[in-house]
Amino acid sequence: MMEDESFTDINGKSISLDCQSHSSLCSEFIVSVPKVSIGKVMVYTCCVWLLAYAVFFFTENTAVLSSAIFITLVGMMLHIHFVKVDHESLLVIGSLGIQVSSSYASGRETTTFIEMSKIKDIVINEAIYMHQIIYYLCVLLKEPSDPDAVSSVVPLFQSSKPRLNCLVKVYKSCQEIISKC
Amino acid sequence: MVLKIFFPQCCNRADSGLLVGRWISSQDSAVVLAVIHYPFIPGHVKQYIQQMQAKSGVELSVLGSWSLPKDGQEGMESFLRDLSTIFPQERWLQINREVGKMGFTCQVLQRDQNGRVVQRETKKKNEKVDEGAGEAGGDEEEQEEEKVIFVHYEQRKVMLSQLHPIENGVPDPKTAPPSELRQMFQTVANSQPLFFLDRYDDGPLKSTHWQTEGREASIIVELLKQALIPLCMLIGWLLSVWTWVCNIRIFSLYPLRFLSSKLSTCIQLSYRTEHMRLLSSPKPAAGHMQFMRKANIVVSFLVDVALGMLLIWWLYRDNHITMLANMLVPAADHVAKELDELLQWLMGAPAGLKMNRALDQVLGRFFLYHIHLWISYIHLMSPFIEGILWYGGLSACLGLTFALSLLSDMVALLTFHIYCFYVYGARLYCLKIYGLSSLWRLFRGKKWNVLRQRVDSCSYDLDQLFIGTLLFTVLLFLLPTTALYYLVFTLLRLVVVLFQGVLHLSVDFINSFPLFAMGLRITKPYRLAEGVKFRVLCEEPGTALHLLMEINPLKCSAVVQTYRTLTYSCYPKDSWAALVKKLFVGELIYPWRHKTTKTD
Repeated sequence: MMEDESFTDINGKSISLDCQSHSSLCSEFIVSVPKVSIGKVMVYTCCVWLLAYAVFFFTENTAVLSSAIFITLVGMMLHIHFVKVDHESLLVIGSLGIQVSSSYASGRETTTFIEMSKIKDIVINEAIYMHQIIYYLCVLLKEPSDPDAVSSVVPLFQSSKPRLNCLVKVYKSCQEIISKC
Repeated sequence: MVLKIFFPQCCNRADSGLLVGRWISSQDSAVVLAVIHYPFIPGHVKQYIQQMQAKSGVELSVLGSWSLPKDGQEGMESFLRDLSTIFPQERWLQINREVGKMGFTCQVLQRDQNGRVVQRETKKKNEKVDEGAGEAGGDEEEQEEEKVIFVHYEQRKVMLSQLHPIENGVPDPKTAPPSELRQMFQTVANSQPLFFLDRYDDGPLKSTHWQTEGREASIIVELLKQALIPLCMLIGWLLSVWTWVCNIRIFSLYPLRFLSSKLSTCIQLSYRTEHMRLLSSPKPAAGHMQFMRKANIVVSFLVDVALGMLLIWWLYRDNHITMLANMLVPAADHVAKELDELLQWLMGAPAGLKMNRALDQVLGRFFLYHIHLWISYIHLMSPFIEGILWYGGLSACLGLTFALSLLSDMVALLTFHIYCFYVYGARLYCLKIYGLSSLWRLFRGKKWNVLRQRVDSCSYDLDQLFIGTLLFTVLLFLLPTTALYYLVFTLLRLVVVLFQGVLHLSVDFINSFPLFAMGLRITKPYRLAEGVKFRVLCEEPGTALHLLMEINPLKCSAVVQTYRTLTYSCYPKDSWAALVKKLFVGELIYPWRHKTTKTD
C-alpha cells in the first residue's frame, strides 16, 4: 500500500508524506522536504561573489576572488552533506522496534534503531519554538531500572517539522502497529 | 504473538536438512545458525549438538527442518512431520523453499501437553522477489494470529562485530536482562565452534553455515604468536632492570624527584614504561576492551617509533644537526638584542606614557643585567650545544614523542631568563595589588578578619590612617610602571607557554589516539557496531515481512571517545576566565602537566 499526500511544515512550506505499509506489522513513513531551489543558490552565490568583488576593488588582491570561489564551493558541499536533509523516514516494525533515519542531500544517511523493549510509547508533544508553539512526534524511552519512568525523549522528523495533521496520521498508524504486539 | 526468525544469508541456498540454532524464548525469537544436511543418523546429530553446546556454552537445539527439494524428491511432507517426533521440541519450524519459484513455505508445529503434535500455524507461500541479495519474499494468508518475521543476517559480520556500548562481566540482576539483539549477537558470536565444521570434511555430518576461507593465514598468525613469546620475555626482563634502576635510592631524593616530575621527558618515559609493562605481560587480554587497549598501544607505539625514525633520518642526513646548533647561538643573540631594545624602550617613555623615572630605571637596569648574565651563559655553553643536540636527537629512536618532550624541556631551559623576568614582574605586581587592596580597605575604615574570613569594620588611629593613605598613594602612582613591566614579560611568557602547550598537546595526541580502533572502523566498519539497521526486502502488498539486518557502524567520534588510551592530561586545568583572573592578580601560570590528574 502506498499513498502520497502533501502537507505543510510549520513554516508553511509544502512537504510530502509517503506512507508505505509493507505488512500489517510493518510500515514506513517518509517525509520528503522540497529540494533546494536554484534561485536560493544563485542568490547566495551572487552575494558572496559581489562582496568578494567589492573587496577586490579596494584591495586589488586576486587571492580574494579565488578564496570566494573556494568558500562558495566548500560551503555548498558542507551544506548538502551536513545540513540539507532530503527526506526523513520512520520504519515501525511491530515487536521488533522503530528505526529512525534521515538522509541528506549528498546521499549520507544516519540511522538509529530503537528496540521495542526500550520503548515506552510514541506521543505527540507540544514545544515552544522561537515565538510559536509547535507539535512534534516523539518516542519515549523506558528507564531500565524503573519501567514506569521515562528516561529520555527522541524527537522524530526533527528537520522537516511537519504540522499537526500530518503528525496525527503517522501517530495513528504507529499506535495501531504497536498496540497489536 | 509474533515469531521472529533470524536466518543467515549463507543458508539461503543450502540443501535440505535440519535447522540448528537457539530459541531466545523470552522474546519469542529463534536464531538459525546452521543447516545439517540429509542423510544423517539422528543419534549423531544429538551427540554433535551436545558436543557443540559444551564447547560454546550456547543452548543449541534443533529448531526444525529446512527443505529445498531437488528434482525427484517429492512426498517429503510426512517425513518432515515425523522428524519433529525424533527431536522433541516445544515448537517445530518447517521452512520450505522451492527451486523453480524459489518460494518459501513456513509451518509452525506446536506440541501441546499431551505430546500430540498440533499444526495450527501459518502456512505461507512466498513468491520469489529477488531483491539484489537473492532474498525471497513472503506471501501470507492472514487467518492465524501468529505471524512470522524473517530477519536475514550476514553470519560472518554478526559473529565478528562488537555491539556498543560494551557490557562485560555478569549482568546486573537489578537491571533488565540483555536486550534481544544483544542476545542474538552473543549467540552468534559464542557459537564459533559450530562454524569449524568444514564443508569438505569427511565426517558423519555435513552442514552449511559461514566458514572461513583463510585458514592458511591463521597458521602464520600462530607462528608469529609463538615467536612473540621470547620477545615479550626479553622486554619484561629489560623492564625489570629498568624499574630496579629507577628505584635506586638516590633518585628518590628531593631535588631529583622534583625535577623529574617537572621534566616532560621523564614523564613520557614513565608513561611508556607503564605501556610496555602492560604489553609484555604473558596473560592474554581479557575481554574486548583490554584487547583493543593493547592493540591501540602497540599501533601507536609503532607509529611513534616510525615517525621518530623519519625524524632521525632527516636530522642526520645532511648534517642538519650542525646547522641547527650553528643557528641557535645567533638566534639567542638576536632574542637578547630584541629584549635589550625592548627594555631600553620601556626605560624611556613607552607609547608616550610618563613613568616614574627612578623606579623605571631601577627595574630596567635589573633586567638588563639579567640578560647580560644569560647571554654570557649561552656563549659559555655554545661549544657543547652541538654535542647535546646530537645525543638528544638519538632519543627520537625511542619515538617522536620523546623527541618532542625533549624539545619542550630544552625550550623551557633555554627560555629560563624569560621565566625569571616573568616571576620577578609577577611577584612585584602581585605584592602591589595585595598592598593596594588591603590599603583600600584601610582607606574605607575596614579590615580583613582572618578568623572569620570576612571584611569587618575597624576604627583606626589617626597615625595609622595617615601612614596608610600615604602608602596607598605611593603604591597607586607606582603601579603603572610595574604593571607595564609585568604586562610585557607576561606576554613573552605566554608565547613560550603556548609553544610548550602545543608540544604537549601533540605528544598527548600521539599517545592517546586510538589508531587501531580507527583503522578497524575504516577498513572493517562492521567490527565496531553501534546497533543495527533494517531494510525491508519485500515490497509487495500483503506479503510477510522479510527484513535484511545490516550493521550500523560506530561513529568516528564515538570510536575516539570509547577507545582513547588513558593518559596524563595536559590540558589547561583552569578555564579561560580563571586564567585571565590569575593573570590579572599576578599569580604564576605553568604549562606543566599534573601527574595526579589522570583522566579517561
